[in-house]
Amino acid sequence: MAFLIVLPIGWNLAIAVQRVSLLDLRTMNIFNPFEIEFTLRNFTRVTGRSDFWPLVMRTFAYATLGAGLATLVGLWAALAMRRPFLGRSLVRALIFVPYVVPLIAATFLWRTILAPQYGSVNAWLTELFGTSRVDFLGARSFTLEMFGMSLNLPMALSMVILFEAWRYFPFAYLFIVARLQAVPESLEEAAILDGATVSQRFRYVVLPELRGVLVLVFLIRFMSSFNDFSNIYLLTGGSAGTQVVSVQMYEWLVGRGDPGASAALALVLAAVLAVTITLYFRVAMRRRASS
Amino acid sequence: MSRHAFEDKFFRIFKVVSIIGFVIVTGFPLVYMIALSFKPISSLLRNPANPFPTWDEISLLSYREVLTPLEQGGAGFLVFMHNSLILSAATVVIVLLLGVLGGYAAGRLKFPGRGGINFLIIVVYLFPGILIAVPMFIFLTQAGLRPSLTGAVIVYVAIALPLALFVLRNYLESIPEEIDDAARIDGASRLQIIRFVTVPLAMPALAAVAIYVFISIWDEFLFALLILIDRRDLWTVTLGIRQLNDLNGSPETVLMAGCVVITLPVVAAFAFAQKFLVDGLASGGVKE
Repeated sequence: MAFLIVLPIGWNLAIAVQRVSLLDLRTMNIFNPFEIEFTLRNFTRVTGRSDFWPLVMRTFAYATLGAGLATLVGLWAALAMRRPFLGRSLVRALIFVPYVVPLIAATFLWRTILAPQYGSVNAWLTELFGTSRVDFLGARSFTLEMFGMSLNLPMALSMVILFEAWRYFPFAYLFIVARLQAVPESLEEAAILDGATVSQRFRYVVLPELRGVLVLVFLIRFMSSFNDFSNIYLLTGGSAGTQVVSVQMYEWLVGRGDPGASAALALVLAAVLAVTITLYFRVAMRRRASS
Repeated sequence: MSRHAFEDKFFRIFKVVSIIGFVIVTGFPLVYMIALSFKPISSLLRNPANPFPTWDEISLLSYREVLTPLEQGGAGFLVFMHNSLILSAATVVIVLLLGVLGGYAAGRLKFPGRGGINFLIIVVYLFPGILIAVPMFIFLTQAGLRPSLTGAVIVYVAIALPLALFVLRNYLESIPEEIDDAARIDGASRLQIIRFVTVPLAMPALAAVAIYVFISIWDEFLFALLILIDRRDLWTVTLGIRQLNDLNGSPETVLMAGCVVITLPVVAAFAFAQKFLVDGLASGGVKE
C-alpha cells in the first residue's frame, strides 16, 4: 500500500523539483532523488503560461457541471423508478448501460453518432430543420438565438460535459437507490395523512434524507472528473476548447518529453483539489455546527 | 383542480415520460452500435439518417475484419482481448488477495497508527490515478518493465487497491467480531480465520470488488497508452479500438463491430454479478 501509492507521490514531488528530460529517465537515480540540483523552474513554467488560469477554470467548470448533472439525473432516475411498474427490472438493467459499456466503446459511439459527415444526428437535423452540418465535438463554440438575444456558448466543452453526465448518472443512481430504500415508509405515510402533495413530500421528507448521499456522490464524481484524462482525450483529443489539466499533463509528458513539468502540473492539480475539498468540509462542518 | 389533484396527475405523467426518456437515452446508443456493426458501410454513406440495415443487407464482414489476425490483414482483436483478459484477471486476483489481508488488518487488528491507516485509505481513494502517472512511468522505464504486461499489472493493482480496501474494510467491520472469537476458541489460527470464516462471509463484497476491478481494468486507457503503446502484441482492447480509427481509418461500421466485440465480455460479467454489485458496493460504500 505504502509502496504503491505513497512512494509514487513522493517521487512525483522529487521529479517536479528537478530538471529532467525523457532521455535522463533511464539513468536517473530515483531512489536517491535529492542528489540532483533543486529547482522550482518546473512550477513557474507550468503556472506562468498565459493559458494557465483559463485551464484551471475550464477544469473546474467541467468537473462541477459534469458531476452536478450526473448527480441530478441519477436522482431523477432513482425517483422515477422508485415504485414498481411493468418491466422495471428490464429498465433498471438498461440504466447501467452507459456506465458498463467500456469507455472506449462509449466515446467512439458518441463520435460516430455525432460525426459531422456521416453521423446520424446531423442527418436527422438536416432532414428535420434543414440546418447545415454541425461539428459537435470539433467546434469551439456555437451561437444560441433565443428571445431576440444571441448567446455564445462553448460547443465541444458542453458535449464532453453532457457525455460525463450520460456516462456517470448510473453511478449516482446506484448510490441514491440504495439510500432511498432506507427511507422509512412511515415518514411518508405520515406526510400523506397530513395532506402533503407529491412535491412537498419530496422537498420536506425525502430530500433531507438523501442529502448525505447526494453530497457524497457529487464529491466522488467531482474528484474523478477533475482528474479525468481518458474521457476528454478520447472524445476530442483536448482540442476545440476542451483541454483540461490532465490532458495538458499528458502533453507535457509524452508530447514534449518533459516529465518535470508534467509532475509539477500534477502537484498543482492535487493542491487545487485539496484546497477545494478542505474548503468544502470547513463550510459543511460550520453549517452542521450552527444548525 | 386542487393543487393536490394537479400534482398527482402531473407527476404520474411526468414519471412515465421520464422512464421512456431514460430507456431511449440508455438503450438507443446500444441499439445504434449493434445495428451499425451489421450494416455495410456503403449503405450508411448513402443514407446516414438510417443506421439500421435491411434484412438482406445484414453482413458479418465488419466482424470478420475485426477478428481476423493481423498477419491475414485483419485488426487482430483476439490478441488484444487475450491481453486485456490476462491483465484484468491478474489484477483482480492480486487485488482481492491484498484487499482481504489489508482490509482485515485495517478493520480488525489493533496496532498503533490504526486510525491513520484508515484515514490514508480514504485519502488515496479520493485522489485518482493521474497523480501517480509520471512517477509510475519513470519507475517502469527504469525497471525495464515498459512495455510489458507485468508493468501494467503493477500499476493497475496500485490504482484498484484503495477502493478495494475501502469497500472490504467497511464490509468486514459489519461482520460481528464474536464470530472470529468463536473460531479462535475452536483453535483456528489467524490465517485460518480469514480463509474459512471471513472470506465466505464477505463473498458479496468480494464479488462486487472483483467485478468492479475487472470492468475498470478492461476499460483502462491512460496507463495502457503510457505503458504498452510501443509493442503491438501487448496492446489491450482500448488501444486496439483506437488504432482502428486513428491509424487505419477504418469505416464506422468496423469500428462499431470492434466496440460490440469488446463490450460483450463486460456485459456478460456484469449480468452475471449485477446482484452482487448493487448489494456489495452499496452496503460497503455508503454507510451513514
